[in-house]
Amino acid sequence: MERRTFVKKAVLSSFAAIIGSEIVFGSKLPNGYKPIALQEPDPFKMFRKNKGMVILNDKPWNIEAQAHLLDDKITPNSSMFIRNNGKTPEEINIKTWTLTIDGESVKTKKTYTLADLKSKFKQHTYQLTLECGGNGRSEYTPAAKGNQWTVGAVHCASWTGVRLRDVLEDAGIKSDAKYIGFHAADTHLSGDPTKEPISRGCPMRKALQDETLLAFKMNGEDIPLIHGYPLRLVAGGWPASVSGKWLNRISIRDKEHDGTKMTGTAYRVPCNTVAPGEKVKDEDMCIIEGMPVKSIITYPKTGATIKDGKTLNIRGHAWAGELEVSNMAYSIDFGSTWTSCSVEKPVNRLAWQHFSAAIQFPKKGYYEVWAKATDTNNFSQPMVIPGWNPKGYLNNACHRIAIKVV
Amino acid sequence: MEDKEFQKKIRKAERTAYKAILFSFLSSILLIILVYNPTLSIFQSKSEIPTYTDVLEDEDKIENGIHLRTGLLDADGLMTVVNNCTNCHSAKLVTQNRMSAESWNTTIKWMQETQNLWDLGDNQEIIVNYLVNNYPPEKKGRRTTLTNIDWYVLQN
Repeated sequence: MERRTFVKKAVLSSFAAIIGSEIVFGSKLPNGYKPIALQEPDPFKMFRKNKGMVILNDKPWNIEAQAHLLDDKITPNSSMFIRNNGKTPEEINIKTWTLTIDGESVKTKKTYTLADLKSKFKQHTYQLTLECGGNGRSEYTPAAKGNQWTVGAVHCASWTGVRLRDVLEDAGIKSDAKYIGFHAADTHLSGDPTKEPISRGCPMRKALQDETLLAFKMNGEDIPLIHGYPLRLVAGGWPASVSGKWLNRISIRDKEHDGTKMTGTAYRVPCNTVAPGEKVKDEDMCIIEGMPVKSIITYPKTGATIKDGKTLNIRGHAWAGELEVSNMAYSIDFGSTWTSCSVEKPVNRLAWQHFSAAIQFPKKGYYEVWAKATDTNNFSQPMVIPGWNPKGYLNNACHRIAIKVV
Repeated sequence: MEDKEFQKKIRKAERTAYKAILFSFLSSILLIILVYNPTLSIFQSKSEIPTYTDVLEDEDKIENGIHLRTGLLDADGLMTVVNNCTNCHSAKLVTQNRMSAESWNTTIKWMQETQNLWDLGDNQEIIVNYLVNNYPPEKKGRRTTLTNIDWYVLQN
């Protein structure tokens, strides 16, 4: 009997050891970043991204989608843009991972394990639009520094987690609370351990919304490491930089959070509009909150050639920051005339909305299909590049695709 | 007597059983290893990974006017840019930004104040000249023409 038990245990433990090493090896995937001479691992394989994604930067990783890769109603991981400010954390142990709620305006500093968060609070799932504040930066003149995003730094995935509000209230929010600021496990590019790559946040009114989540699942699965595993703040409709990845601490502040990329010119635009290229003092820059109304044509891919007389079916998505898209229109004559088309209601607040249209072209020729969304406050997308700002944020100009009728 | 004989046989049977258990134990471990690690790479020491030396010789190889490792154009100041501007971030962050000398100097100041960039001394002028000469700003106006269109026949 004893021996049999021993054999059983030995087999089981070696089983566990082997599988264990397999799991450990998998979780160390980002070790692949280490420069083994010139042989960079294939980032498309490493992050499970579509080959059509475009790498803007490989240190830190910044990768964007193309319009036609965003055709799904719920964006799959393979088409989700990556925007990183620092180095991805390498060692993640979900058993010991904790989230601490602290700050000047917390009643009781509290620390939760992931298991605590999952068991103690009700879980919710929302589809949430996250767009990089600098999506479209490449179109500004004079050029703004930073990653030159075109149109692909936006996605709408399905996120599951607990409400940030529930956790903050569990720790207790003092009446003087103004802002929350997140802290995370990623590390600074320079290797300086005293620097945080990014530590942003949002005012309490955003932090306390139903849809503001501490998420641990994306599209029904564990969040991929590059998108914030094991815990990510998700604040739909605001610059995606508010949705901090690899979270381990949230501070309830009695003032505007002053972490990295909250101050200076980061994620800010001039409080008053300025002429292109004009110098703006830091104190005249205001923090971006809800993103402006915008849309993208995801089908067909730009460059389609169709036969004269054929109908062209187009489709895409539209979103409007904190608001809803109330009207969607397209133009095939460079904005001279606009035709309204159908746009669905959002699945939930802050989810992007789907539009479609069937277009007849009057005769052969070169066309551009332009898409224009209007929000519930009656703001529309401009046809030209909107107000210049030093960091090139908030370009919500109409998306355009080229079509030839032959 | 018969009892002793019987006990002997029992012991023998027991030994055979232990051998069988040991054998099946070893073979199941082998099986598990083969299933989870068919290439048996977990038994290979790290020293077996190809060494860097060959590649290091080519580290600053230039082909068709491009510095292969970084993708930067081969021109005056190239190695000063490589050595000062590609340690923390990729050269891709440099080449996708087409800025004036003034903007580059502001950006360098920002990197020194917030990102631990060192004092560049005389190299700053070499770097900024390289950037504005090889990656000059582009005037795009208020909206550019759609370019680089990959035309295809839409089947529907």
